[in-house]
Amino acid sequence: MPLYILKRLLLMIPIIFGITLITFTVIHLTHGDPAGREMESMETAAYGDAVIEGTIGEPSTLIPMLAGDSASHSVAGMIFNGIVKYDTNLKVIGDLAESWTISSDGMVITFRLKKGVKWADGVEFTADDVLFGYKTIIDEKTPTPYKEDYMQVKKFEVLDRYTFRVTYKKPFAPALTSWGNLVVLPRHLLEGKDITKSDFGRNPIGTGPYKLKKWVSGQEVVLDSNRGYFDGRPYIDRYIYRVIPDPATLFLELQAGGIDMMGLTPIQYTKQTNTDFFRKNFQKFRYPVFNYTYMGFNLKHPWFKDKRVRQAIAHAIDKSEIIDVVLFGLGSPATGPYVPNTWPYNPYVKKYEFDPEKAKRLLKEAGWEDTDGDGIIDKDGKPFQFTILTNMGNRQRINTATIIQWRLAKIGIKVEIRLLEWSTFINEFIDKKRFEAVILGWSIGLDPDQYDIWHSSKTREKEFNFVSYSNPLVDTLLEKGRRTFNIEERKKVYYKIQEILADDLPYIFLYVPDAIPIVHSRIKGIKPSPIGISYNLPKWYVPEKLQRHRIEP
Amino acid sequence: MLIYLIKRLLEMIPTLFGITLLSFFIIHLAPGKPTDILTELNPKITPEARLKLEKYYGLDKPIVVQYGMWLKRIVRLDFGESFSGDRRPVMERIWDTKKPLLERRLFITFLINVLSMLIIFTIAIPVGISSATHQYSLYDKITTTSVFIGFAIPSFWLALLLMMLFGVHLGWLPISGLKSMNYDSLTLMQKIWDRILHLLLPVFVSSFGGLAGLSRYMRGSMLEVLRQDYVTTARAKGLSEKRIIYGHALRNALLPIITLLGLSIPGLIGGSVIFENIFGIPGMGQLFFMGVMTRDYPLIMGILTIGAILTLIGNLLADIGYMLADPRIRVK
Repeated sequence: MPLYILKRLLLMIPIIFGITLITFTVIHLTHGDPAGREMESMETAAYGDAVIEGTIGEPSTLIPMLAGDSASHSVAGMIFNGIVKYDTNLKVIGDLAESWTISSDGMVITFRLKKGVKWADGVEFTADDVLFGYKTIIDEKTPTPYKEDYMQVKKFEVLDRYTFRVTYKKPFAPALTSWGNLVVLPRHLLEGKDITKSDFGRNPIGTGPYKLKKWVSGQEVVLDSNRGYFDGRPYIDRYIYRVIPDPATLFLELQAGGIDMMGLTPIQYTKQTNTDFFRKNFQKFRYPVFNYTYMGFNLKHPWFKDKRVRQAIAHAIDKSEIIDVVLFGLGSPATGPYVPNTWPYNPYVKKYEFDPEKAKRLLKEAGWEDTDGDGIIDKDGKPFQFTILTNMGNRQRINTATIIQWRLAKIGIKVEIRLLEWSTFINEFIDKKRFEAVILGWSIGLDPDQYDIWHSSKTREKEFNFVSYSNPLVDTLLEKGRRTFNIEERKKVYYKIQEILADDLPYIFLYVPDAIPIVHSRIKGIKPSPIGISYNLPKWYVPEKLQRHRIEP
Repeated sequence: MLIYLIKRLLEMIPTLFGITLLSFFIIHLAPGKPTDILTELNPKITPEARLKLEKYYGLDKPIVVQYGMWLKRIVRLDFGESFSGDRRPVMERIWDTKKPLLERRLFITFLINVLSMLIIFTIAIPVGISSATHQYSLYDKITTTSVFIGFAIPSFWLALLLMMLFGVHLGWLPISGLKSMNYDSLTLMQKIWDRILHLLLPVFVSSFGGLAGLSRYMRGSMLEVLRQDYVTTARAKGLSEKRIIYGHALRNALLPIITLLGLSIPGLIGGSVIFENIFGIPGMGQLFFMGVMTRDYPLIMGILTIGAILTLIGNLLADIGYMLADPRIRVK
């Protein structure tokens, strides 16, 4: 009996412990501790404050259709809205459009616009503004590089104030997304004027979350929030781009509090910002950017014509090593021309594991062997020796080339690296196809259509299939991909294309670098996504207590 | 004298013509076109669109015709429109009359260069004189070494170190730019003070490197003069050393400095690319660099032409100054 009591008493200990633990947790869950309440007030969204972004490049003009540089587009993107835009999963959603319908043959798209959207000067935005934008972009006299998508339009009709219909000559899948902010211009301000001569590019009026306050050349572009923005007044009252052309100065300004956000370099991300000061005051983000770096072969070259040679080289290169060295690990291996984790990306393609022995075997099969014992493999008396061209000034590409040179030397291929000034490189070597191999990069549009890069008809001078890739099956698939609107159908097409490309290896896809921005920690509401961080900028905020700048309206 | 001046001015015309001709051909020879930034390796661009853009900028015409067109505008003092996205007139980008003086590129560069030149002259001339009068003394050695250190230090490196020390660690001075973010809400005195703070580092760095050259010239020319017979005569006469140096020797020793002064006139608007980029100063150097990078031919030509004109004028002024100061070379 006493034993039984003792046992019961001992059993009570864990039970009591359990009960207290649960009670404690429940109480804290329901009421929250005092510190938690404090935290809460620090997290509430509030209007006010200014965010200063440091940037190396200055915009050239704020009319999107005339701008060729990314600085212009990122500022103009704050001032103008598109008809449609991408959501965080790269799905097309309405921006100024309420909805749209696509005819079953894919030739006609009818857009219905949101009502009550106003230009920053108070005039209502209507379908006539889009018509005006469309007419301007296809006008002979408008010097815009973005005409092509709009030249496919056969007919543009305004049905009523808020509806317009575009008819295409052929079904064209990238057509839908071409209705971005390039064609949204205020007709009431620009009609009858030459947009290249007007000062609209320096004093734009848009419908976007921010409007231009002032622009001091070489110093800053100041944007104020558009309080009447149709998607809700942005929390941050002022957004300032500070132009600082020197990256080192930019980083010093970040430390001194002169700017709140900037894009870091890999070494800044991994080493220089790895201090208590930065952890306390800043938040860092990391997501793949929409571009990839590759080594492309001249497929007209007799040695590189042989697929086995290309595959051997792929086996001899260690992509993760390149990423570790060149990008400090801030990137991911590329397996095809799409960014990992986006819908067209096919993760199941053939991968070439790092295997120098296999590389040697493949080369031997192709007839390459070191017969004269000089350490360089040869065939018909010619040593395997080629030159990789890349452009001057791009450290990452130069380092990549050096690593490849070293790796290929180990399987008996002698590689030379030649650096060329950009224009010379493009005009004299790429366009004239005077190269053996190149290291270059492509930025990838958000639409997966890559007709111009892989189609066998695009191999003339100044066209983009400069490696002379030609595969009839890929040609057909590319055609099909741009004629199909159904995303599942398209996915199949682009999956297949990636499979073929991974086997054919016209390029060795090397890596997709990460964008690595840093933002001051007082700025809340940032939600990283595959398309970056700035897509929800109007929803960023600084809690009242943390606000640093007072903005007088 | 007047005839001489007119002759010199007339001579400038063919020289200027030659300079512009050479520059025009050289910049067009460089690979790349202004349309490249829009069209190179951009899969969205069809070759037709590229040709259209080139036609828009007049790049499809033979280069001689392009030069002719440029020349036709320039004689009417029209520098044309910049090729950059907003197509502003070149003159407006250099000297925007709608903006306050302190925001015009030419003025910003001019201001910094004049300030640093003043500093260079006020420090380098006395340093050069005293080095010469105390030749081979410890003082001479120390100043010589230190101005040469200043000459040898790369300005971008010095700038970054100073920015780290005064901007980040001590927090006394702004790092870059010309004014603070809250500039508009400041009182007038605060505004002036803000401007001064922003100018301190750039002016210091740009004058630091320039001390060596001028002080060495000054020292050399002073030594030369001190060896002259008339200085010995003055000494023999029993004049005080101070009168000999400042009353007699200095005047002649300053002659080469007049030439230097004249030749530094074009430099006043030149502006250094590296230096303006590091401090984020929107001056002429930055503009020229941007122009070259984007192959903005009208902008490059505009800046080169202004530079050429100022160089020629500087030469002329130096000669005139020399003539006024030195009767030996005055033309009859």
